[in-house]
Amino acid sequence: MHSRLRAGWGVRLGAFGALVFLHFPLLIIILYAFTTEEASFRFPPPGLTTQWIGELFNREDFWRALGLSLQVAVIATLLALILGTLIALALARANFFGRDSISLLVILPIALPGIVSGIALRSAVSILGVPFSTWTIILGHATFCIVTVYNNVVARLRRTAHSQVEASMDLGASSFQTFRYIILPNITTALVAGGMLAFALSFDEVIVTTFTAGNQQTLPIWIFSQLTRPRDRPVTNVAALFVIAVTFIPIILAHQLTRDRRD
Amino acid sequence: MSAASRTDAEAAVVLKGVSKHFGGVKALDYIDLEIYDGEFFSMLGPSGSGKTTSLRIVAGFEQPTAGRVMLYGRDVTTTPPFDRDVNTVFQDYALFPHMTVEQNVGYGLMIRKVNRHEIQRRVGEMLEMVRLPGTQARRPSQLSGGQRQRIALARALINRPRVLLLDEPLGALDLKLRQQMQIELKAIQREVGITFIFVTHDQEEALTMSDRLAVFNHGRIEQIGAPADVYERPLTAFVAGFVGTTNILTDDIAQRLVGRPAALSIRPEKIRLLPQGTTPDPDQFAASGTVRDVIYVGMTTRFIVALDGGGELEVVSQNLDTRAEEAFAARGTPMVAVWHKSAMRELSTAGA
Amino acid sequence: MSAVMLDSQVPQPPQTPLRRVSAWFFRHPTLTLFSLLAVPMAWMVVVYLGSLSALLAQSFFRLDGFTGRIVREFGLSTYEQLFTAANIDIVVRTTVMAAAVTVAGALIAFPLAYYTARFAPPRLKTFLYLAVLLPLWSSYLVRVYTWKIILAQEGIITWVFDLLGLRGILDGILAIPGIGGPSLSFSYLGMFLVFVYIWLPYMVLPIMTALERVPNSLVEASSDLGARPRYTFRRIILPLAFPGVVAGSIFTFSLTLGDYIIPQVIGNSSFFIGQVVYAQQGTAGNIPLAAAFTVVPVVIMLIYLLIARRLGAFNAL
Repeated sequence: MHSRLRAGWGVRLGAFGALVFLHFPLLIIILYAFTTEEASFRFPPPGLTTQWIGELFNREDFWRALGLSLQVAVIATLLALILGTLIALALARANFFGRDSISLLVILPIALPGIVSGIALRSAVSILGVPFSTWTIILGHATFCIVTVYNNVVARLRRTAHSQVEASMDLGASSFQTFRYIILPNITTALVAGGMLAFALSFDEVIVTTFTAGNQQTLPIWIFSQLTRPRDRPVTNVAALFVIAVTFIPIILAHQLTRDRRD
Repeated sequence: MSAASRTDAEAAVVLKGVSKHFGGVKALDYIDLEIYDGEFFSMLGPSGSGKTTSLRIVAGFEQPTAGRVMLYGRDVTTTPPFDRDVNTVFQDYALFPHMTVEQNVGYGLMIRKVNRHEIQRRVGEMLEMVRLPGTQARRPSQLSGGQRQRIALARALINRPRVLLLDEPLGALDLKLRQQMQIELKAIQREVGITFIFVTHDQEEALTMSDRLAVFNHGRIEQIGAPADVYERPLTAFVAGFVGTTNILTDDIAQRLVGRPAALSIRPEKIRLLPQGTTPDPDQFAASGTVRDVIYVGMTTRFIVALDGGGELEVVSQNLDTRAEEAFAARGTPMVAVWHKSAMRELSTAGA
Repeated sequence: MSAVMLDSQVPQPPQTPLRRVSAWFFRHPTLTLFSLLAVPMAWMVVVYLGSLSALLAQSFFRLDGFTGRIVREFGLSTYEQLFTAANIDIVVRTTVMAAAVTVAGALIAFPLAYYTARFAPPRLKTFLYLAVLLPLWSSYLVRVYTWKIILAQEGIITWVFDLLGLRGILDGILAIPGIGGPSLSFSYLGMFLVFVYIWLPYMVLPIMTALERVPNSLVEASSDLGARPRYTFRRIILPLAFPGVVAGSIFTFSLTLGDYIIPQVIGNSSFFIGQVVYAQQGTAGNIPLAAAFTVVPVVIMLIYLLIARRLGAFNAL
């Protein structure tokens, strides 16, 4: 289609440059996870070693932070899956007054700067006098994760022919049976994709978490606190690489699950 | 089915004063309709005429804004589709893409908690009936349009509904396949003996298949009757024009022919073109004019005659003895168009 | 065959309570909608809108300077504190940074979006799309941290400049007052680079979407009419892509205004809005002032959104 047109050198160079700009920092973090240098960010690294991986894995505080992050991400994702799917089911085909306000409300928590959502949640929690805990973190995370599930599911529902739902009910299936046998299989991959993005979003969120956590440390908060401690640099580098790796997998899987499923 | 038994027959579906409004649009405007048990009934009309909305109200997908819906004497106006003893063949077939053919056809039985072996057996029988045996393991995406259509039919019929609703099921098929399916559908209907309600915009299809048909226009029914009845004796200009083609004569010509300003319908094939100067019989009407155009369409030839008193007349004649060259030679010659008085219908102009 | 059909009795579906509930819902579509939305809307309204209201309410409270306790009375005294010279400085500094990041982001993003949307063959297109998506979703904090490593005095950038014998130029740039600092990782310039990097995907994606919507026929029509590529680009493609640029700028602008991690990790000691909010609610315990400060980026964003809507940016979202 575009074969007639060829991009000029300027465009190609610009595109290539932007791509390198986006990705070379990721190579840097891989490299630094293996540097033998302990005290500084010296480049090139004087030598390479895998000792920091072992060292990180011996750190009890790292495992605790990782455990909390996983716990928060899993529960927040499950909540977001339920809430996001309910909203998507309600809004996919209905056309009623206030529909746009609802979808705006769902998007708001990630559209506003994280600090606004964070301090807002903190204000509310402190006004109510509720102690900060793992549950206040989950509360915040679930709120901004709803949108990823909602977006994926609503898009899939709109692409699924409504006549399938009608056919199912026509053949005697109640709304619940129709959901189980027809709607659910149709939206499974969208649910998985939305859930994975929600997981990735929650797993490395730091801003809202800072405001909704008491003295709990999620992995990003742990890393953040490490940034101010120069002595632990090599361990932080490995942890950084670890977080990147953990979030990359669900993102790539989510992408594979949602792209071009139209036959 | 004879006319006598029809009047005695139990009404399968009754619509009483049914209206359906979408916002400010009146999709259906006070419809009254009775469909008899065991008949092949067609709802015919252009798109947006209300025929599909009527079908969807019978299926239960839409609830009427006003009026009642009865199924075999039971008021089902607010009954959800899953509690109605009707099944639908959808225009886009609506097969479940994530299920095999066997799961698709057996879906209704699975919901009815029929045991697995029984489902397998009946699905097998159904596939035999729609002449697609052995396709159990296939996916809808592996089937052709015509095959999907048969699977959709099998999936609906396996539940032994009392009424089968078909929403333009042949619309997506090519002409040859469509004609074949028309015959098969009719045969299947006779075989299973249940009421078929068939929605179509194709008048030929409706004429071919139906015991009776209703012509829809602008959310109203303009005429209900047997195909021959509706074709031969259209009540309105819309019906005359939509079911087959017709010549509508008004104004001066009508005045001259019947002595008053009426709307008259005469089918092109009921008119004969005779040499100039021919005197018509007393039971015939005649109008003189000049052949303006000749269109040769193989089986027949269409003549467009410019009448001397103004207006045009379309005349269709079978090419029984005429050859193409002879037909074309008629172009430009003055002729007399002649037809039997009984062949001409006076139309009601109300609502048209 | 008809005999087969007749002996096959079909039972009614079992009448379970669930089925009756389903039938009831079917007759009451509005209540169905309501019950689907009840729980999630309760969540969003109570948790989120409730929190935003709490935030707004807090900004009208004030901190008692002597007792260090929050006085829960409605008043504007906290907003008065906002308009000190030092605070206005912070607001201006943050806004200027946000604007600079937005402009630079658009300039860097455009060629990539343009190439991906209009020139890349399908497979490359999928790859490029994923390449933009990955950084968008992956760990923000780690990506900031990486730049700490890159920008460090002993890091790769300094090394490259040394290698090329251009160290003098780097030092020259760092010596410029206003943007420089002791090293890249303690300068506005470094902070600016990181902001641009972090928010770049948010700029690329909307531009890409907008450019993909430019009908090919339009471009071809323009060249058929004898327009040279440069002219077609300027008069056809650029105006149609502009809403995408504006949409992207909403993200980069808003996110820069509210960020507090980047100024804290990279940058010198001068404050940005996000940091003030963080510090006020944390160490100072002055939640009212922190709340009032978050109202500032929200107001700036509202003004920005109003302008963006006039420019038609929302069609590209």
